[in-house]
Amino acid sequence: MSAVAAERNSAMEKAGAWARRMPLLPALVFMIIVTQLPFLVTIGISFMHWNAYYPDDKGFAGFANFKSVLTDVNAREAIIVTIMLTVAVVVVSLVLGLIIAMLLDRKFRGRGFARTLMITPFLIVPVAAALMWKHALFNPDYGLLNGLLKLFFGDGAAQPDWISNNPVTAIVVSLVWQWTPFMMLILLAGLQSRPLDVVEAARIDGASPWQIFTNMTLPHLRPYIELSGLLGAIYVVQNFDAVFTITSGGLGSANLPYFIYETFYQAHDYGEASAAGVIVVIGTIIIATFALRTVLSLFSEETTS
Amino acid sequence: MTTVDKVAEEAPSNVVEREPGKRKNKGVLLTGLAWIISVLFVLPVLWMVLTSFHSETDAAANPPKFGASLSLEGYRSFFDSGPWPPLLNSLTASVVSTALVLLLAFPAAYALSIRPVKRWSDVMFFFLSTKFLPVVAGLLPVYLFATKVHFLDNIWLLIILYTSMNLPIAVWMLRSFLSEVPIEMLEAAQVDGAGLVRTLRSIVAPVVTPGIASAGLICFIFSWNELLFARVLTGTRAETAPVYLTGFVTSQGLFLAKVCAASLVVSLPVLFAGFAAQDKLVQGLSMGAVK
Repeated sequence: MSAVAAERNSAMEKAGAWARRMPLLPALVFMIIVTQLPFLVTIGISFMHWNAYYPDDKGFAGFANFKSVLTDVNAREAIIVTIMLTVAVVVVSLVLGLIIAMLLDRKFRGRGFARTLMITPFLIVPVAAALMWKHALFNPDYGLLNGLLKLFFGDGAAQPDWISNNPVTAIVVSLVWQWTPFMMLILLAGLQSRPLDVVEAARIDGASPWQIFTNMTLPHLRPYIELSGLLGAIYVVQNFDAVFTITSGGLGSANLPYFIYETFYQAHDYGEASAAGVIVVIGTIIIATFALRTVLSLFSEETTS
Repeated sequence: MTTVDKVAEEAPSNVVEREPGKRKNKGVLLTGLAWIISVLFVLPVLWMVLTSFHSETDAAANPPKFGASLSLEGYRSFFDSGPWPPLLNSLTASVVSTALVLLLAFPAAYALSIRPVKRWSDVMFFFLSTKFLPVVAGLLPVYLFATKVHFLDNIWLLIILYTSMNLPIAVWMLRSFLSEVPIEMLEAAQVDGAGLVRTLRSIVAPVVTPGIASAGLICFIFSWNELLFARVLTGTRAETAPVYLTGFVTSQGLFLAKVCAASLVVSLPVLFAGFAAQDKLVQGLSMGAVK
């Protein structure tokens, strides 16, 4: 091959590479501008004194914002609430979702209808669901929970203020109600892709239902459990609607998204809000690096099979 | 276990009848449990429906009046409160952003599967990682920018943000569908001189259409549901339905029936879409990993 031909070849290769990239570019550029650029600005602001109430007092702050976030009792509480909320909601709805998926995996009349009933909670707009829990169910004066207590135990029945007594639990309950159907749907799809002949063979060989569950069903479901847990965690970590609606972050129930929203939108402390945002992102990146590996391996398994 | 041989010849479901009495009882029990749990999960919604059809006084009764006479008071006061502009805003934001998402995601997914760019998995990784980035961390710069260029309270700002929020999901999903397109058939079509449009229509479309439908469904739902951006970035003009909903709770007077009615009306599009396309819902939620 002559030098000229080789050069032309590489030029064509280059053109080919660009032809391949072209369809990708609009989406990629759009995502970089809309999601990465603002975050770079956030990093910048996190090193500044900047409170909209004191527009003249604006300047470089070093790590002061980070220090004040990390020493702020509310911020630390928000970190703990975020972790508790996410772990509780994801674990409980995964377990419930798995149980329900196994119940709905059996053949019985009206199974399709039961499944339809089950997914209803996920199809209620999150704000509407939060309003429903707060006012129609948990409200101490006219909510259904206390209403039922009065109905069954008479006028002397206890009428607890559910949300004030257990603000975080109230949020967890409402989110578990919404997210269990999500987990159930993905796990049910997993169960239905299970090779039944193998399960039958094991059963005939005398394996107990528990053995089949732990040795066959669970390993088969593992990727589905990981996928639904991970996706659920992504959404629940960022939850704003339920916290905003049910408690407005009161009584120590503010999670990080709500804390940042409050610092920025109500206290107008742009510097501290940004520092908190940066900390959240660092935390998420650490967790996500592990999680993303899992997902990528999941998807590559799926494409090779 | 004398039936083993017979069972092996028959459909697997017949195994269940090995020990008829015991199995059947257990089956009835499990079916009953499935129904009880399903009904328990839907019960709060049923209560919301019932409450929405009660008068405000009956809705606030304790103990609850399940049999109170039905009334349209809640719906009437909801529709009298001027809900159409926010509902239309939500519809615009959801539909337009979903269309934009699909428009951007399809070529991208193509470049990540059928004629993949180098290091395509890194690109996929990048798209997914933006979903991990807490939206709240980028909200302040967007707010400041929008204030500066007078773009606050503009539905297009929400459309852009919703597009970025859903684009990664759609790219992942469409890629997972496109990777099932038989490449050999594409090449054969090219050799045979089939044009791009024909190739797309006869080979790509049948595989990808369900993927586009699920991606569209899930993007629509997530945009319709969104609260944080809409709450911070819109005012009276571009207000969406979820923001409008939060305004119903007042410190005085009774509002339960009205809130229930409003919540149901706002949830209706999602309920319809979700019920009508349950299998699409699963594909969408799993970003195409589960088909």
